[in-house]
Amino acid sequence: MHLMYFTEQPMSAYDEQAGRDFGATALMFSNKHFDPVAGSRLYNNYIEQYMLAEEVGIDGIMLNEHHNAPFCMQAKANIFAGILAGMTKKVKIVLLGNPLPLAENPIRLAEELAMIDMISKGRLVSGFVRGGGQEQLATGVNPAFNRERFEEAHELVVQAWTKVGPFRFEGTHYQHRVVNPWAVPLQKPYPRVWIPGVISKETIVWAAQQRYPYIALNTSIEQTKKIWELYDSVARQTGYQSGPENRGYLIQVHISDNDEKARENAKQFRWMQGEFTGLAHPVWSTPSGYGSPTNRRAFVEFAAGRAINPRGNTTFEQQVEDLRIIYGTPDTVVKKLKRILEETRPGILALWGNDGFVSQADSLTCIRLMGQEVFPAIREIAKNLDLKSPWEADAPVHLRYSTDLQPAAKAAAAE
Amino acid sequence: MAGVDWTDSTVKAAGIRLHLSRAGRGHPVLVLHHETGTLDRLPFYDALAQRHEVLVPHHPGYSRSERPDWMRSTRDIAAIYRGLLSELGLEKAALVGLGFGGWIAADMASMAPGDLSHLVLVGAMGIKPPAGDILDLAVTGYIDYARSGFHDQKAFDRVYGAEPSGDQLEMWDICREMSFRIAWKPYMYSQTLPHLLGAVRAPALIVWGDDDKVVPQSAAKRYLEALPKAKLEIVKSCGHCVDMEQPEPLARLVTDFIGRE
Repeated sequence: MHLMYFTEQPMSAYDEQAGRDFGATALMFSNKHFDPVAGSRLYNNYIEQYMLAEEVGIDGIMLNEHHNAPFCMQAKANIFAGILAGMTKKVKIVLLGNPLPLAENPIRLAEELAMIDMISKGRLVSGFVRGGGQEQLATGVNPAFNRERFEEAHELVVQAWTKVGPFRFEGTHYQHRVVNPWAVPLQKPYPRVWIPGVISKETIVWAAQQRYPYIALNTSIEQTKKIWELYDSVARQTGYQSGPENRGYLIQVHISDNDEKARENAKQFRWMQGEFTGLAHPVWSTPSGYGSPTNRRAFVEFAAGRAINPRGNTTFEQQVEDLRIIYGTPDTVVKKLKRILEETRPGILALWGNDGFVSQADSLTCIRLMGQEVFPAIREIAKNLDLKSPWEADAPVHLRYSTDLQPAAKAAAAE
Repeated sequence: MAGVDWTDSTVKAAGIRLHLSRAGRGHPVLVLHHETGTLDRLPFYDALAQRHEVLVPHHPGYSRSERPDWMRSTRDIAAIYRGLLSELGLEKAALVGLGFGGWIAADMASMAPGDLSHLVLVGAMGIKPPAGDILDLAVTGYIDYARSGFHDQKAFDRVYGAEPSGDQLEMWDICREMSFRIAWKPYMYSQTLPHLLGAVRAPALIVWGDDDKVVPQSAAKRYLEALPKAKLEIVKSCGHCVDMEQPEPLARLVTDFIGRE
C-alpha cells in the first residue's frame, strides 16, 4: 500500500463575498482579489506541511495544479515538485498531475520531469491529466483537441524519456524536428505514470490500455467500483489481470484529536460554495469539444440551467454518508477507511487532509495523526487484504514492459 | 411575399457531404451562415429567393453537414465552397456572408478575386477589430451568446422562441465545437486576410447593425479600407444578426446592391 498526503493548496485568503457577488470563483473571478502577501505565507505553510508529512513517515506527497481559481494555488505542479525534490529525502513526489494538453512544448515538460527525478534521486511519480475545461481557457489551449493533445503529448514525453536522441517527431499537434533533451529520468525505463480522473470513461479505458494505475478522485464507493469494473474488463481484453496495484483512490479525510473539531474542519471541504473546483459557468468547465459527445445533451441542458449537474452536487451530510468526506479521531477514521479498502481494494491511497480555512496548526495535527496513527493501522489492514502498491507488486511501468501478457495481447503490445 | 419552394439535398464537395438548401431563380447568391449554424428556413432567405437563385449550405462541421476532422481553418471551408460552386457549375456568384460566414466569404473572395460578382459582408468576423474584441463564445453561455446577436430581444424570441429547445442547444454546441476547431487562435480572425483583400475587384457591400455586440463596428472600417470597391451601410436599431433581426431591409439592401452594381 502506498499512502499519500494531499492538499489542494487552497488560497482561502480572498474576499468570499466578492466571489458570491460575482457569481463565480473560477476562470473570470478577478485576480484583484488575490493577495500576494497572503499567497507568500500560504505557499510557505504548504512547504511546512509537506516537510512534516515526510517526517512522520508518509510515503508520498501528491501534488496537482489548476489555474485562475482560489481553490488551488499551484499554477505549476513541477515548481513544488522541484522544491520537494531538493528539500525532502524519502517521500515519493507524486504529480497528479501535469495537464499534458496545456503543454505547447511537451519536450520541455519531459526535461523538467527528468530534472525532478534526478534531483530527488528517483522519487518522482509522473501522473498526467487532461486538465479541466477551465484550465484550457485559462491557458488559451483549444479544448476541442484536448484528448488528441493528451495522447500525443504523452507519446512525445515517453519518447523523449526513452528513445536515444536526436530524433524527429512529426505529430498532428506537435512537430519537433530535433528531440534530444540533455536531461533524462533516473528511473528506468521511466518514472511511474499514474492517471487520475473523475468521470471520463475514455480516460479509464486509456489508462487500462497503458497499464497505468488509475486514481479515482473522491468518487463514491459505488462509482469507484464501476470504474474498476471498466478498468478490469479493459485489462482482460488487453491481456493482463489488474489488481490493487492498478488502483488508486483519493478521499477527503480530516483527522483531529477531537471529533467536534474534526467535523468543523471537515466542513471546510465544502468551502468553495459546495463546488470543489469553484463556482463556474458550465461552459467554462466543459467547453464544447472537451467532453465526450455522448454527454453533449446532458451538459447543454445543465449549462442552460435546465438540468442538474451531470457530475453531481451533493450536500455535506450526503458526502459524509457516502464516505466521500471522512472526519474524526484516528480510530474513527481508520474504521471508515477500512470499509473503503475492503470494498474498493486500492493499492494507492491519498488522503486529502485539509482545505479552506483549516488553520495551519490543525493542518499540522491532521498530518501528524495521519502519519503516526492512521497510516500504520492502514498498512496493517492493507497487508491483511493483500493490497499491494505498484512497487510492492513489482508492476510494469507500462504495458509494453509486461512479462505476463496473454499471448494474443502480447503481439498487440509489441506493436 | 410569394411562397418559396425550397429544395434540400446533400451535395459533395471535395468528398465532404454538405447539406444544401436551394430556392429561387436569377443571379446565384451563396449565403454563408453564422458560427451558430442556421435554421433551415429564415425570412431573409425567402426574401432573397424572390429575385435570386439562393444557395444556403451548412458549413462543414456545422448544423447538418459532415465534420471533416482534418479541418483547421476557415480557409479550408472557403476552399470547400470554391469546390462546391465549381461542382454546381456556378460562376461569378454573389457571396453573402453573415457574421462568421462573412469571414468565409472574404476568404473565398481573396482566393479567387475574379470569380465572384458581388461581396456582401454583414457584421463580418475575420479581421481583428481595431477597437474592441469579438465576443468570446468560449466564456459565454449558449443562450446568452445567441441573444447577444440581437438588439431587440423580441426578435430573438421570434426566431428561436423565448426558450430555445434542447435540440437547438445541442446544435449550438456542435457548431461551437467546430468553431473552436478552426478559429480558436487567433480567435475569429485572420492576421493575413486584410492584406489579401486588396486583390478583390468585385464591388463589396459592408453591412453592420448599429448595436452589434458580437463584432465591434470598428471592424467594418477595416474592411472598408481593405476592399478596393466597398461601401458601408449601417442598419439602425439592429444587432449583429441583421439577417434574423431585420430580414426584409437586409434583403432589400442586398438585392438593390446586386441589381445596381
